[in-house]
Formats: sequence, structure tokens, C-alpha cells
Amino acid sequence: MSLPQAATAPAIPAPVSSGVSNAKLGIWLFLASEVMLFSTLFTSYVVLRMGAASWPRGWEALNVPLATLNTIVLITSSVSMVMAYARAVQRDLPGFRKYMAITIGLAYLFLIFKCYEYGSHFEHNEWPSTSIFHAVYFTLTGLHCLHVIGGIIVNSTLYWMSGKNFDHPLFLGRVEAAGLYWHFVDIVWIFLFPAIYLI
Amino acid sequence: MVDTHAHPPQGFIQKYVFSQDHKIIALQYLITAWIFLLIGFVFIMVMRWSLAFPGTPIPWIGRFLPADLAPNGVISGQFYNSLCAMHGTIMVFLGVVPLGVGAFGNYLLPLQIGAPDMAFPRLNMLSYWVYLAGGLLMLGSFILPGGAAQSGWTSYPPLAIINPGQTVWLFGMVLLITSSLLGAINFIVTTLNLRAPGMHLMRMPIFVWSELVAAFLLLLAFPPLEGAAIMQLMDRIAHTSFYVPKDLVVLGMMHKASGGGQPLLWQHLFWFLAHPEVYVLLLPPMGIVAEIIANNTRKPLHGYGTIVASMLSIGAMSFIVWAHHMFVSGMSATLSNFFLVTTMIISVPSVAILTCLIFSLMGGSIRFTTPMLFALAFLPMFGIGGLTGLPLGLTVTDIYLHDTYYVIGHFHYVVVTGSIIALMGGTYHWFPKWFGRRMNDALGRFHFWGTLICMNCVFFPMFILGLAGQNRRYYDPTAHLHDLPTQPLHVLSSVAAWLLFLVQLPFIYNFFHSIWRGEKSEENPWKATTLEWACPSPPPHGNFTETPLVWRGPYEYSPEGLKTDWLPQNADPRSLEAA
Repeated sequence: MSLPQAATAPAIPAPVSSGVSNAKLGIWLFLASEVMLFSTLFTSYVVLRMGAASWPRGWEALNVPLATLNTIVLITSSVSMVMAYARAVQRDLPGFRKYMAITIGLAYLFLIFKCYEYGSHFEHNEWPSTSIFHAVYFTLTGLHCLHVIGGIIVNSTLYWMSGKNFDHPLFLGRVEAAGLYWHFVDIVWIFLFPAIYLI
Repeated sequence: MVDTHAHPPQGFIQKYVFSQDHKIIALQYLITAWIFLLIGFVFIMVMRWSLAFPGTPIPWIGRFLPADLAPNGVISGQFYNSLCAMHGTIMVFLGVVPLGVGAFGNYLLPLQIGAPDMAFPRLNMLSYWVYLAGGLLMLGSFILPGGAAQSGWTSYPPLAIINPGQTVWLFGMVLLITSSLLGAINFIVTTLNLRAPGMHLMRMPIFVWSELVAAFLLLLAFPPLEGAAIMQLMDRIAHTSFYVPKDLVVLGMMHKASGGGQPLLWQHLFWFLAHPEVYVLLLPPMGIVAEIIANNTRKPLHGYGTIVASMLSIGAMSFIVWAHHMFVSGMSATLSNFFLVTTMIISVPSVAILTCLIFSLMGGSIRFTTPMLFALAFLPMFGIGGLTGLPLGLTVTDIYLHDTYYVIGHFHYVVVTGSIIALMGGTYHWFPKWFGRRMNDALGRFHFWGTLICMNCVFFPMFILGLAGQNRRYYDPTAHLHDLPTQPLHVLSSVAAWLLFLVQLPFIYNFFHSIWRGEKSEENPWKATTLEWACPSPPPHGNFTETPLVWRGPYEYSPEGLKTDWLPQNADPRSLEAA
């Protein structure tokens, strides 16, 4: 072992960091774990369907027009989420609040349609226990709905906090993190919709 | 949105109970996890009575057990199953992982990279409390209607779907998984973002690397179990049939569910988590051993780069070996050959790490301190555990050995004489940093020798029992004639287990006595180089008085041209030249 005893003074150690903010890195890691969670359920769906003697066609057993409408609702809410973030970047509080309110409202609309959809299944005496197809359908969409509810809670908290904390240095990062999460919820639905309703 | 580093917390509750300081949270984890380990140990001591002297009442404890679980003090098969399931669950999810990651990782990782705290202090606090809630729910399941889970820590369906008590276990697991996920995110962000200036990735101590890899494993392997647990929960609560095959008959009655599910699906998902989990149990203790060995041989660790690369490849490979736990469950020959090959490959980096650690001893001037004794014991013990695993990775031998005591012997050598020995050594090593006092050395040595001998007497007979063909799931091993000749080995194993408990008493006494009465220790009692020894013992809120600058790698021991035989990572070379 030799010491760095050069004639010139040793370089002062420079800061090291990933260059990504804590909030952003944290949310990406969280989303990685979420990807693993939903992949597990999708994989199980594939395995169960391959092993099943018969499997109903999604479009015959489920309400495709309503789900299509819900897809549009969710994609629109993703757009409004981007708009809310853009307004926050421009330091425009009323604009941020307007688009955040639209995002939250659309999320509620999604849930209302979903409740109607579930309700009509229950009316026809179709429950998770009815068949393995229904088990997959209710569990996957149900878990997705829980994520929508989580998004509503996060976005509502940001809306509520924005009055006091809009100028806080960490606020923008939090909106961005919430936005990434919301897009993830949207993407999960975009995989779910064809996988369960259309094939 | 408060800057928690700037304001030290006030008042007892904020300081010691709902603390957001990583050091306090780590000590909460430390004490809680050791207590859970003790509880899991008590469970197995009760079970070992049934294995050594089946059908006889348990002395002392027997009369306190409720009559439905242990009529006349003799434990019932059902109660044995509950104890067995909870022993596994507690030891893995509430004991060793929280100790290696939650306690040691939480305390040392920020200190070793020169950070003031974790990246998300509030999240850190939350993960401890969620863990505690999960743990209490698991323990509480014994007094809830239906009792504790009885389907083993692996919870294989359809048994797990029929047995009572399983629902609470699943809820407990969801809490524990959530806690681990929050912790994993925190560890990774902290390691990547909060390193002190100059702390490049390849200057991080091995322990930090081990925690980083373990955190990635927790992050990516736990969600599949969460998904699997959600489906099992649906099977139990909503009567779906994810894991229920068609026309299942239970106790002569048709099981009321639509059927059409696949019991094997659970096994795949469970082991997809549980194999990486094995490495979460192992990597932090390996990191601890590396730190102790480098410090006590007074020379740089042999093959730092090799160890880091091995840890990374273990992390990656651990995701594609899971089905070697399922060779006897049935799978196609192609698939079992694939998992056989990957299993053989993953043993290579583990051997590489062990070899590097053994080579580190060569030519060192070894100090036989108490922590070093534990670290040295880790090497051959983990070696036995690892080598006995090879026959389980080969399908031909595994099919004979899988359901026998051999498997129990194998993984207890890995986790108990491996991980727990290392965690005990780590406790002695970092105790001065945690409390500013040292643990008693004489008691420590007595604890070490007693533990090492007893542990071997507990687990070695299991290899013989297993090779003799004894099934590992009976609560009465004398029920079969062919098992009678090996029954004395069960008695030996049980007596050793109870002695093992007795030699832990000096450790417990030593720990609590030394917190208040131990010999005072200075900042760096072991003359170590890593950053945690550069701050006061115990470190104040915010850890470092000024942000340390990192000039060199972590193990600069016995450098040339220097009076001292250690060169801390933060020692300024300009002031060294002046001296």
C-alpha cells in the first residue's frame, strides 16, 4: 500500500450522487416494485387460462363499451395530470388547481363507472367465486381500482396542500412523483383492458 | 415538510418512540428483532420436547398451555403445526431479515457512506411501525379464534386454504411486505444519493454493497409474494379458486368452490420470493463478516472487486433458481434441468466470496477479538451449510433428500450458524458505536464457544437423520419403526437446543448490563477505517459534525510509511504529510 504522496496537492473529493432527486428515484423504485406486483398477477392469469379446460371470451362476458369509455376517461385524466404539472412548473397556482381538480374528478368518474359495472355483474349473480375467469377479472380490476383510490388520495392531498406549500422547494418534485404514479395506474389499465376484456 | 436534520427532536416520545432518526429506529429494530428471535427459539424448544420425548407432558411449561392445544401438557399435532409455521415465519420475516436489514443496515449504512440520515426519515419510522404491527398480528394470531396458521411458513395450498388461522397470517404478511418495500426504497435512494463527497461506488464498504443488493432483492422479489398472497386471501375470503383444483375433497366432503385453479402456481410464486429472500438473509451477515475480518486482520480485504461482483451476480442469479425448491412437486425434465444448472452456477459467486474472505486471513496479524471469533466461525459453518446444499440442487439426490431432516440441517447451517453467528458478531463489533460502551469480553467468549458447540450439536445430527430417511414433518418421530434407531439423535439435538438457550443468557445479560455499566469506549475502539468510526459514539443527531470527505477505499490497513496501521477513509492526505 502506498500513500498518494504526489508533489501536487491531491484533488478535493467531489460530490457524488445519482443526479436524480430523492423523490423521483424513490417513486421509480416504487413503480418497479409495482410492475413486479402486476406482472405476477398477469402471469398467473396466463398460467391459469392456459391450464383451464374452457375460458369465456372477454367481450361476451364483460361490458366492453363501458370499459372503452373508462379507458378514455383514464387517458384523459393522464393528460390533465400532465397539464397540472406543466402549470405547476409555470408557477400558476389557479391553473394547477384547475387541472388537478379535473384529474381527481375523472378518477372519481372511472370509479363510478366501475361500480356500475361490478353492480350489474352482482345482479346477474356473478361473483369472484363463480368461476376462475371471474376470480381473475374481479381480482385484477379490483386491485387496479385500489390503485386509482390511492391516486385520488395522493392527488387530493397535493391539491389541499397547494395553497400553503405551492412555493416549497420540494412541492414540484412531489407533483412529478404523483404524476408518474398516476401514469403508471393508467398504463396498468391499458394492459388490463385488452388482456381481460378483448381476448 | 420539515428539515429533520436541523432540529434535534425534543421529549422522550419524539426522541425514543416515534423517532425519525435512523439510529434510534435501528435500535428499535435491533431489540424487537432479537426479541422475536427469542420467541421463535422458545417455540422450537417446545417442539423439540415433542421430538425427543413424544407423548410425554412438557415439564414446567406444559401446565400453562391451554387444554385444547396441549391436553395434559402433551402438545397436540395441531399445536405442533402452528408452532412450526410460526417458528419459520418469525425467524425469517420477523427475526433475521429485520435484524440484518432493519437494524444493522439502518444504523450503519448512512454512517458508512457519510450521510446525515436516511433519504426518507418519516418513511423509515413508518416501516418500523408497520413491521411491529405485522409482528404483533402474527403473535396475536395464537389467541384469535382459529388459532395461528398451521400450514408451514411456505403456506402451500390447498392445505393453506382449508386450514384455520391462515387469513391472519396473510394480513400479517401484507404488513411485513409493505414494511420491507418501504425500507428497500429508502436504502437504495440513500445509497445512491446521499454519499459523502468522494464516496464513489467502488469506495463503499462491502457491508453497504450487501445492503444495496439485499434492498434490490426485497424491492423486486417481495411484490410477487404480495400478489400471491392477495390471491390466497381471495381464495379464503371471496372463495375464489386461484389455487383450488377441481373436485377437491376435504374430510370426505366436496370443497365448496368452483375449482379450476392450480396449487402449483402458489409454489412457483412463493419460491420466486423466497429464494431471493434466502440471499436477503445471507448478504448483510456476509457484509458484517467482511467488515470484521478486514478490521481484525489489519490488512486490506482480499478481492474487494470480486466480492462486489459476486454479490451483484448472486443478486441477479437469485431470481432464476427458485424451482429447485420444487423438484419433488413435479415439473418437466427440461425445466428441472434448467433450474439444476442455474443452481450450480449460483453457488460459484458464493464460493468466490467465501474464498476471498479466507484469503483475507492469509498473512494478516489477526486480533482474536470476540467479534472476530464469530466472524471466523462463520467461514467454516457457512461452508458446511453451502456444501450440503449442493446435493439438494441436483435433482437425483434431492428427490431422496427433499422431505427429510437433511434439508432442515442444511438451511439451519446456512441461516443459524451462518447468518445468526455473523449477526451476533456484528452486535459485539458495533456495540461500542451504538452505546459508547463495550460489551464484556469474558462473557462474550463464553457465549461464543457455548453457542458454536451447541449449534453444531443441534444441527449436525439432522444430516444423519435425513440420510437415514426420516421425514421432516412428523411431530412424533417414534411413530414409525424404521425411525426408532435414530431417535437418540433427536434427544441429542433437543438437549443441545435447550443448552443453546442457556448459553444465550450471558449474552442477554451482557447486552443490557453493558448499555449502562459497560467499560467506556472511545470513538474508534477497533482502530477501523470506515466512516462510522469517524463520528462520536453514539453519534449525535445528524451524525457528522461536518460532512466527511472521502479520499480512499474502505480497507486501507497497514499502509506503508505511516506510524499507525490504519488509514481512515476520511483522513486528509495533506495533514498526513504534515505529520
